[in-house]
Amino acid sequence: MALLEIRDLSKVYYRDTQKIPVFEDIDLDIEAGEFLVLMGPSGSGKTTLLNLVAGLDEPTTGTISVGGEKVTAMSRRQLAAWRSDHVGFIFQLYNLLPVLTAFQNVELPLLLTHLSKSERRDHVNTALDVVGLSDRADHFPRQLSGGQEQRVAIARAIVSDPTLILADEPTGDLDAKSADEVLTLLQRLNGEFNKTILLVTHDQRAADRGHAVMHLDKGVLTR
Amino acid sequence: MKYARLVWVNLMRNKRRTILTTISVAAALFLFVALRSVNTTLDEARDVGSESRMVVRNAISVVFSLPEAYYNWLTTVPGVSRVTWGNWFHGIYQDPRDFFPSFGVDVDGYFDIYFEMVVPEDQKQAFLRERTAAMVGTGLMERFGWRLGQTINLTSMIYSPDQSWPFTIRAVYTPIPGWTDEAFYFHYDYLYEMSEWTQPGWYVLELEDPSLAATVATTIDEHYENSRFATRTETERAFQSGMVSMYGNVGLLMNAVGIAVFFAILLVAANAMMMSGRERTSEVAVLKTLGYSDRLLFGLVVIEAAIITVVGGALGVFGAKVLFEGTGFQGMGFLPGFEVKLSTAAVGMAIAILLGLISGLVPAWQAARLPVAHTLRRVA
Amino acid sequence: MKIPLIYNIRSVRQRPVSTLFTALGMALVVLVFIAMMALSRGFRAAIVETGSRENVLVVRSGSDNELTSGLGRATAQTIAGMPFVAEGSTGRPLISPEVYVLVSLDRLDGGDALVVARGVSPQAFEVRKNVEIIAGRMINSGAPEILIGKSIVGRFAGTEIGETIRFASRDWEVVGHFAAGGSAFESEIWGENEQFMPAFRGEVFQSVTFRMSDPSAFEAVKLALEEDPRLPVGAHREYDFYASQSELLTRVISIAAVFIAGIMAIGAVFGAVNTMYAAVSARAPEIAVLLTLGFRPLSVLSSFLFEALVIALIGGVLGCLFSLPLNGLMTSTTNWSSMSEVAFAFSVTPDLLLRGMIFAAVMGLIGGFFPARRAARQPVVKAARQA
Repeated sequence: MALLEIRDLSKVYYRDTQKIPVFEDIDLDIEAGEFLVLMGPSGSGKTTLLNLVAGLDEPTTGTISVGGEKVTAMSRRQLAAWRSDHVGFIFQLYNLLPVLTAFQNVELPLLLTHLSKSERRDHVNTALDVVGLSDRADHFPRQLSGGQEQRVAIARAIVSDPTLILADEPTGDLDAKSADEVLTLLQRLNGEFNKTILLVTHDQRAADRGHAVMHLDKGVLTR
Repeated sequence: MKYARLVWVNLMRNKRRTILTTISVAAALFLFVALRSVNTTLDEARDVGSESRMVVRNAISVVFSLPEAYYNWLTTVPGVSRVTWGNWFHGIYQDPRDFFPSFGVDVDGYFDIYFEMVVPEDQKQAFLRERTAAMVGTGLMERFGWRLGQTINLTSMIYSPDQSWPFTIRAVYTPIPGWTDEAFYFHYDYLYEMSEWTQPGWYVLELEDPSLAATVATTIDEHYENSRFATRTETERAFQSGMVSMYGNVGLLMNAVGIAVFFAILLVAANAMMMSGRERTSEVAVLKTLGYSDRLLFGLVVIEAAIITVVGGALGVFGAKVLFEGTGFQGMGFLPGFEVKLSTAAVGMAIAILLGLISGLVPAWQAARLPVAHTLRRVA
Repeated sequence: MKIPLIYNIRSVRQRPVSTLFTALGMALVVLVFIAMMALSRGFRAAIVETGSRENVLVVRSGSDNELTSGLGRATAQTIAGMPFVAEGSTGRPLISPEVYVLVSLDRLDGGDALVVARGVSPQAFEVRKNVEIIAGRMINSGAPEILIGKSIVGRFAGTEIGETIRFASRDWEVVGHFAAGGSAFESEIWGENEQFMPAFRGEVFQSVTFRMSDPSAFEAVKLALEEDPRLPVGAHREYDFYASQSELLTRVISIAAVFIAGIMAIGAVFGAVNTMYAAVSARAPEIAVLLTLGFRPLSVLSSFLFEALVIALIGGVLGCLFSLPLNGLMTSTTNWSSMSEVAFAFSVTPDLLLRGMIFAAVMGLIGGFFPARRAARQPVVKAARQA
C-alpha cells in the first residue's frame, strides 16, 4: 500500500450559484521515500490539491489516506493533531512569524508535543544544523536573506520529524542561487533522511530534482 | 506554560496599543473601585450600630430634642439595664467642609454603655473631672494634628455661629475595629450651660437582652404617644440605617454609572483585540498548518486579552487602594471611614477577568474558525 | 489643497465595527456626563425655583436655614407693619410668617423620610405667585387640614385627598394638592401657621416671607430690617436664600460628574487613539499616494483629525440620544441644608446636550491628533513601498 493514496478526489468552488470545478476524480499514489513533483500552470489547482492533502481544505468528494489513516474523515480537531504529527508544510513566502527568532520559529511545532524544554532545544538545534543555520538561531526573520528564511521554514517543517513534507512553490520567491540551495536541501532530506516529499512548482529547475513529475492541467492529472 | 512566549510576543507586537488599552482598563477599574467603595462605605455605616442598644428620639425627627425628665422614667422600663443620652453638636474646626461627628454626652453614664472606645484610665479620669474637657478619637487627633492637653476652639452649626466654644483635650480613645476613630465627645453639662436652652437630643438604652427590643420600643413609644414630645424608639442599627438613607439613592446611581463604565471599557478592549486579531489572520493560518488546534488558538487569544485586562485591572484596583488610603480620602467629609475593602478589590479583579474573557471572545472565535486554505491563498 | 471629506466618511464606513465600538464607548461617557449634570441641574432648579426675586425671607440673625431659626410673634407683627411690605388685593400686607418643621413620613416603597411641614399664613398663596391648588380645595382657617405638594403625592402614605396623616400628636386631613412650578415647595406639606405653631414648638415662627412693594429696593429693605434694634433678624432675597441651599449638593454632584466622566474619557480617548492608528496604518499606501500627488501634510493631518471628529460626533449624538429618556425622570434626595426630602426631575437641557457634544468633540480631537500627525509626517517613499 502506498504512503499517500488519493481516490476519486474532486474539488468544486461555488461563486454565487455558479459551479467552478477545479479538478474531478483524481487518483494518485505516492510511495514512502518518494520525491514527487507536481507541475501545472497557475490556477490549475496544484495548491488546492496540496491543501487537501494537508487537511487544510475539504474535498467535494473522494478520499485521501496517509499511512492508512483516512484524512478526509477526520474532524477539525483530529486534523490539527494529525498535521502536527505527520505533515511538514513549506510555503512560497516562508511565513515565519516576524516577532520570533529563527530558533523560536522552528520550535513552534514542538510546543504541541510533550517534549521537555531541553529536548525541544536539542531537536531545534538539530533541525537548524541540517539546514546549515545553527549560527543564525537568534536572528529575527527580517535579519535573514530570503534563502535563509526559507531554510528556517524548512527546519520548522522537519523539526517534528513528519511523515510527509508538502512544499508549495518553495523557490518561487528566491534568486537562482538561493533556490538551488533550497532544492539541494530538499533532495538531501529525501535521500539522506528518507523523507517523502510532494513539491508543487512551475519552475522546471525544481522539477528536475524530483524522482517523478506529474502535471495537473484543466483538472486532469497526467504523468 | 510553554506558550507564554507566543502570547508575550503578540502582546508586544503593537506595544502602543497594548499599553493604551491596559491604561484604559486601569482607569476604568480605578473608577469602578471608587464607585463601589462609596457604596460599601455607606453600607458599612448602616450596619455599624449595635442590636443590644436602642435609641429613643423625638418622633417628629431627630433634629428635635427630648425633655431631661424622661431619664428617670426610662430607667424603670423593664428590660432596660442602663440609660444615657447625647446631643448632636455639629462642631466645626476652622473649615466647615472638614466634617467630623461631635457630641455632647452624659459623661457619667455614656462610657458604661459604649465599650467601643478604649481610653487609658488616667486620661478617662481627667476627662470626667473637667467640665470643658474633650475626648477625641486617634484618627481625628491625627487629622488636625492636635495634642493631648491642647485647648481648641470649635463653632457649632446648630448653635449661634458667632459663639466660640473652647475645649481642652484630656483623653484620646482608640476604637475597637469597625468603630469610628474620628469622633469628638464632651460634657453635656457644658453644652447645657453654654447654650442655655438645650435638652437631650436622644437617649440611649442598654438592653438586658437584644430579644426584648420590640417590647421595649412599644412600651416607651406608647407611654409618650400623647405627650408634647412623642418618642420613636428603635435599635441603634435601625437608627444608623435611617441616617444613611438621607444620602438618597446614591447606591443606585453608583451602580448605574458602574455599568456604563463596564460597557464603555468593554467596547474599547474588544475593539483593540479585534484590531489585533485582524492584523494577524495570516499567522493564525500558518500556526494551523503547523497543527495548532482551533481550541488552542482560541485559548491563546483569550489569554492574551485577559492579560491586558488583568494587568490593567490590577493597576487600577491597586492604584485606587493606594491613592485613597494614602490621601485619607473621606469624600470631602461626606464619606467618613471611606476605604477600598478587600472584597471590592476582589470584585474589581473578577470584573477585569470577565472583561478579558468577553473582549477576547470574538477575535478568539474568529481565530478558531479561520478557514486556512482561503486565508493562505489571499496572503500568497 | 483640501482632501475631500467624503474620503474620510467612506473610510469610516469601511470599518463599521471599529467605528461603532469607538463611538459607543464615547457615547457612554457622554451619557454619564449628561446624566450626572442633569441630576445636578434638576436639583438646583427645584431649589432655586423655590424662591422669588421679589420676596424677602427673614430668619433669625446668624441662621442660614429655616430649621434652626426662631422669630417671635412680635417680630412678625413689627415686620408686617413696615412700609416696604407690598399690599395684596384685599389691602392686607403680603406677608407670611411661617412655622417650618420636619416630619417623618412612611415611604410607600418602604422606610421613611423627613418631609418639610410648613405652616403658612392665608396670604402665602399670594406672596408666592407660583403656588396653585391643582386638586381638592384650599385649607379652611382654624381646621386641622393640610395641602400636599404634588411631588410627594403617591410617594408617601396618606397623601391622597381625604386621607389623614398623623404628626405632632394630631391627625391632619389632606384636602388638596398643590403645584409650585417644579420647585422644592412641591415636596412640602402646607398647613395653617396658627394650627402648626402650638402643635410643634410653641409661640415661635421659623421665618417670615413678604413681598416687597419695590423689588429693586432690596438693599435698603435689608438694611432697614437688620439695623432695626427691635429685630434680631437677617434678611435675604428669597431667591438667593434658596439658591445658596442648593450650592453644596450641586457642587458635590458636579465634581463627581467631572471626576467620573473625566476618568471614563481616558479609556474612550485611548480607544479612539487605537482606532485611528489602525486606520492610519491600514491606509499608509493611500496616504503615500496623496502626498505624492502633492497634498500638503497639513491637509493629511486635518483629514484624519476630521475623521476622528466624525467618529466622536457619532458618539456624541448617540450619547445625547441615550440621555433624552432621562429628562423629566423623577428622583429624590435629602437636601442637606434643610435635612428634608426633596423630589426633583432630571433636567436634560439643550445646553447640556451641547456640552455633551463638545465633550465628545474634544475626546475625538485629542484621540485623533497623534495618529493624524503620524500620517502627516509619514515619509512618502516609505509609505509608497508599503503599498
